[in-house]
Amino acid sequence: MKIVVCIKQVPDTAEVKINPQTNTLMRDGVPSIINPYDLHAIEAAVAIKEVMDATVTVLTMGPPQAEVALRESIAMGADEAVLLSDRAFAGSDTWATAYTLSGALKKLGFDLIFCGKQAIDGDTAQVGPAMAEFLDIPHVAYVSKINSISDTVVEVRRMMDDGYDVVETSVPVLFTVVRELNQPRFASLKGKMRAKNAQIRKLTHADIELDEKDLGLSGSPTQVKNIFAPEMKKERIVFEGSPAEQVAELHNVLKSVKCI
Amino acid sequence: MQIKVDRDLCTSCETCIASCPYEAIVLQEGKAFVNEYCQICRICLSVCPEGAIKEVPDVQDSADSVKDISAYKGVMVFAEQREGKVSQVAFELLSAGRRLADKLSVELFAVLLGAPESEANELIKWGADKVFLCSSGSLTSFNDEPYTDIVSKIIKEHKPEIVLTGATAIGRSFFPRVAARLHAGLTADCTSLEIEDGGRNLLAIRPAFGGNIMATIMCPDTRPQMATVRPKVMKKCACSANHTGTIVNIDVPANGKCRTKVLETAKDTDFCSINIQEAEVIVSGGRGLGNPKGFEMLKELAELVNGTLGASRAAVDEGWIPYNHQVGQTGKTVCPKIYIACGISGAVQHMVGMQSSDIIIAINKNAEAPIFNIANYGIVGDLYEIIPRLIKRIKEERG
Repeated sequence: MKIVVCIKQVPDTAEVKINPQTNTLMRDGVPSIINPYDLHAIEAAVAIKEVMDATVTVLTMGPPQAEVALRESIAMGADEAVLLSDRAFAGSDTWATAYTLSGALKKLGFDLIFCGKQAIDGDTAQVGPAMAEFLDIPHVAYVSKINSISDTVVEVRRMMDDGYDVVETSVPVLFTVVRELNQPRFASLKGKMRAKNAQIRKLTHADIELDEKDLGLSGSPTQVKNIFAPEMKKERIVFEGSPAEQVAELHNVLKSVKCI
Repeated sequence: MQIKVDRDLCTSCETCIASCPYEAIVLQEGKAFVNEYCQICRICLSVCPEGAIKEVPDVQDSADSVKDISAYKGVMVFAEQREGKVSQVAFELLSAGRRLADKLSVELFAVLLGAPESEANELIKWGADKVFLCSSGSLTSFNDEPYTDIVSKIIKEHKPEIVLTGATAIGRSFFPRVAARLHAGLTADCTSLEIEDGGRNLLAIRPAFGGNIMATIMCPDTRPQMATVRPKVMKKCACSANHTGTIVNIDVPANGKCRTKVLETAKDTDFCSINIQEAEVIVSGGRGLGNPKGFEMLKELAELVNGTLGASRAAVDEGWIPYNHQVGQTGKTVCPKIYIACGISGAVQHMVGMQSSDIIIAINKNAEAPIFNIANYGIVGDLYEIIPRLIKRIKEERG
């Protein structure tokens, strides 16, 4: 069974702040990491390899420095890594990103595809399902448990807003996974050694045979018009005094709004 | 368009590199270079002290590449249902969709799959002029492929200029497939929708980078303009029994693929997971609680005020409370009447999930905590001194 995991290298958004004067992001020294949800996708794939005859390929689309993320995936147990990088992909939105990645996936071949449920920089959760559409395969989003797996059928649990569904799907199939699925392993020493020396396969526009007009900016229907800092409410009342006095004020507010 | 650096003007000061939210600018042969991560956000244009960064048109950017978009008219809402009952988010979207349709002077359509005609009538009361209904029982369970087939077909035939659905597990799963099939722009998890001044373009506003920034997204050259909209951010207008509309029955396409099958559907049952998105009062705890026991105290308060428990990501990550209580960018967005934040400092990622609450009360030791910037009422103090006193006082009052 051939498993491909699609990952993204992202800035650690917990550390990104906006400069209120210039309305720009302050990104100095913010580290790049593997998108946290993608770690669960890698773990799912590597865990399947431990119980079935399978290979795990990790694929990312991004600039040359994304190679670091690919080596980390190999350290976690992936067999090979592929970097899809080309100037022609510049400005890709989720449509063009999914289209481009699907071109690479057709080239690589696959039975199962795993993705994190979303990347923490854009939070769109759109690239996984869109890839499945371009590849004409089914997908299940928000997978929180894999109940059973064979070469032809997989049964999973998918999280819904009010509970969960148990879903059976044929193979090939694409899954986007949530944190609850598993606990990502740490890289082993042996894995780190292997990652250091691993060959990263590189694919460019020339390798994936897609029409240039559907790539990058010209293939992207959405455009970012502008960005700005989130608005914050201004007026507020601060209760001062002893804890007893503060509680008395708070109690009055809760009463005035008929909360108690 | 694309962003390019004039190598003759660039002084390698790296200001642009630090400003780029997408890590798209790198030093190449000693000068700044914009690589394929660029999203054309144009921030670098204003920060470059030398004016070396410019926006230049693409070679193939010509008028004839623009599709004929004037044939698209109307606003369409996909109304999701669970077990045959329309979800609340559909009514929120009909309210938002009605406003957009009126502004554009067009009709408001709704699409409803796997629910009975009585539910379609509800959609009309909430503002739909026309409901496309496929009431087949095979659609009551959610499967991505048939939903994608039917919605894509309706869009192709009726050509709405705007198509909305909830940013829910269902909407966020199958709308990307519809957008992929139609080569349409889809903006995820929007928190605000406007029509461009003097035009017909939809301005879809959404948080990015964990809520640290807001971005306005538009699709100027393609139709339909699609968006998933976060539940609980659009206010429901009043429903009116007098509003009239028509129901158009449609059949399940005969040759559609469906390679997934829903075997079982289960609902969350534990007390506290009563959907925090439906709660009117939320008592929420963060890292400032210091330990999981703090939530027992908050639960006591929550029960006294008929509320439920929320939590920040920090508290969930600590393992003090399950994920289904998490409020924020990576959790749920809530809009209760009263939100009481206890020991929550107010990371942006948390605040985007609760800032539209009617009344926000914050209790925190640190007077500088950002949560106070959005709170209507603030108490600077130790929550372990405040909350037990409050609980006692409420109990005394009740006798």
